Amino acid sequence: MSTEPSRAAWEEAFAQTPERDVDFETMSGVPVEPIYGEGPYPGQYPYTRGVYPSMYRSRLWTMRMFAGFGTAEDTNGRFKELLRHGGTGLSTAFDMPTLMGRDSDSEWAEGEVGHCGVAIDTLPDMEDLFADIDLAGVSTSMTINGPAPIIMAMYIATAEKSGVERSKLAGTIQSDIFKEYQAQKEYIYPPRPSVRLITDLMRFTSAEMPKWHPISVSGYHIREAGSTAAQELAFTLANGFAYVEAAVAAGLDVDDFAPRLSFFFNSHIDFFEEIGKFRAARRIWARWMKERYGAKNPKSMLCRFHTQTAGVSLTAQQPENNIARVAIQALAGVIGGSQSLHTDAYDEAMALPTEKSARIALRTQQIVAHETGAANVIDPLGGSPYVEWMTDEMERRAEEVFAHLDELGDGSILEGVYEGIENGYFVGEIADAAYRFERNVNAGRRIIVGVTDFTDGDEGQKNLLRIGPEVEEYQLKRLASVKQARDNAKVDAALAQVSADAADPTINMMPSLIEAVKVHATEEEVVMAMEKVFGTYVEQAIV
Amino acid sequence: MTDAAAATDGEPLRVILAKLGLDGHDRGLKVVARMLRDAGVEVIYLGLRQTAATIINAAEQEDADAIGLSMHNAGHLTLAPRMVNAVKEAGLDIPVIVGGIIPDEDITELLDKGVAAVLGPGASTDEVIAAIRDSVPS
Repeated sequence: MSTEPSRAAWEEAFAQTPERDVDFETMSGVPVEPIYGEGPYPGQYPYTRGVYPSMYRSRLWTMRMFAGFGTAEDTNGRFKELLRHGGTGLSTAFDMPTLMGRDSDSEWAEGEVGHCGVAIDTLPDMEDLFADIDLAGVSTSMTINGPAPIIMAMYIATAEKSGVERSKLAGTIQSDIFKEYQAQKEYIYPPRPSVRLITDLMRFTSAEMPKWHPISVSGYHIREAGSTAAQELAFTLANGFAYVEAAVAAGLDVDDFAPRLSFFFNSHIDFFEEIGKFRAARRIWARWMKERYGAKNPKSMLCRFHTQTAGVSLTAQQPENNIARVAIQALAGVIGGSQSLHTDAYDEAMALPTEKSARIALRTQQIVAHETGAANVIDPLGGSPYVEWMTDEMERRAEEVFAHLDELGDGSILEGVYEGIENGYFVGEIADAAYRFERNVNAGRRIIVGVTDFTDGDEGQKNLLRIGPEVEEYQLKRLASVKQARDNAKVDAALAQVSADAADPTINMMPSLIEAVKVHATEEEVVMAMEKVFGTYVEQAIV
Repeated sequence: MTDAAAATDGEPLRVILAKLGLDGHDRGLKVVARMLRDAGVEVIYLGLRQTAATIINAAEQEDADAIGLSMHNAGHLTLAPRMVNAVKEAGLDIPVIVGGIIPDEDITELLDKGVAAVLGPGASTDEVIAAIRDSVPS
């Protein structure tokens, strides 16, 4: 990878990757070059125009559709369906009890088992989830944060039981805890022990799982909670800087783990603002990694990201209109240079997608990929006065936030982020932005088609995916039978080891977590074994 | 305070706002809290991870006129009726209003089971206040 900003250096780098076997020409037969305009070119610092020299000219983004509902077997079926239809990576949604570290038989879980994702209580559930899928041949993303190291342990144990070594596993586990306190609110432990768990996971994967991304630093949920585009950008990258500082403090070299960090952004409906945001994200990350954190390896400077279209922009009214929204947002994600993309299904304002609506969502990005020509030219809007200005403006606004956090943390972004969580800065900023938006809508200053205006023709929602009570009944029986069949003495010993390791911050938690799930300790039992030591987090209810 | 935000005794309406269970989607509830405050309603914002018991306790202590629940996790058919029953069992006469992601086909069932009103996505401030006002016993 070249860091020389010259055209010749880019051409040389570009030539090293074979192009896709398609005709790079317009519909009318006009041949198009891979790039137009000025440098620095794609793959050249600060990577504003793209992280790789050839981008989609050599390989399209990964079409990674998020799926999960009901039982592990149900979701396994959906995974196989998506792979059959040309999906190229798996992405797992867990149900709320699983995300919160609660088993399906917890009193907190009642009414929520399998509703927002798949229910996972024990290792046998994870084995069902990935049954008959070659884990050495797919890349898997798992969206879970508070209990991420436990779910990671289950994935490793599942793979090894099927004969796939952990070093062969490719994928991402979200494990971005900062944005949980800031936006998504799926935390278990207080921030500092949570960060210790994440640094353990980073150390473990750095040493043993070279193809794994241990954190996906996520702005998606910050945006969905109501932030502006610039806040999404700023808070996400600040969280990324904080993880870098935490890892360095834990003794890792920045170039050992930074290449495995990845990001996750929202693609909302304001097309040019989003593209400016994506471009600014790459430039800011590269600069900070190089200048502030002293990264030497260019790969440490690459802001590679997954994008998902904005769930919050979907309307319950006239839901078919959402297909158009998703298409525009997907196009912004592609022009913005995403490495992978999830397109929302049109019925997701009201429920998890049906098989049909999920297929239309996948087809939407296939249309962007294969029909629009957007994948033929890298950074096609680079050099546009408006988009370049927007990129600069996003960067300027983000830098203001970094300066504030740096001051809050007395020269440390990590401490600034901790402080911003404790003093309500993040939740306050996000709630203010959400309220501003809503007031504008209420006041008629912002039109939402089919909701505030153009409301004729709403036929309501049809054919929503419903998760019946049988999922909860099935899952309760399954959990009871696993508990009955296991060796409880082994479980108790494994859980005692988890608690002991939690009490010693010099020990990496991952080995004892893997042992505990292998003897079929439940997720909640493992969570509680650590909670004894770490305590819990309760947020202040501020409006 | 607008007239619309006054209870029948002339005092401002007092409304509890809470998320029941594990659901962490609090954007909508916070927006509603601010909308209601701006309209002169007294909001007691309990926030996340509440149980029927913590909500009843707050409703009694704060002498609330209504309980507003926000639900986004498809758990409403289980959780909302449970809240209604808990209110009855506590001997209180306080309406339970549900907002959030509720499919149309579930609204009748929730109303049959004693939920006072169901507000969908896109409800305006006026609609929210009207729903509360119409639900509060005179």
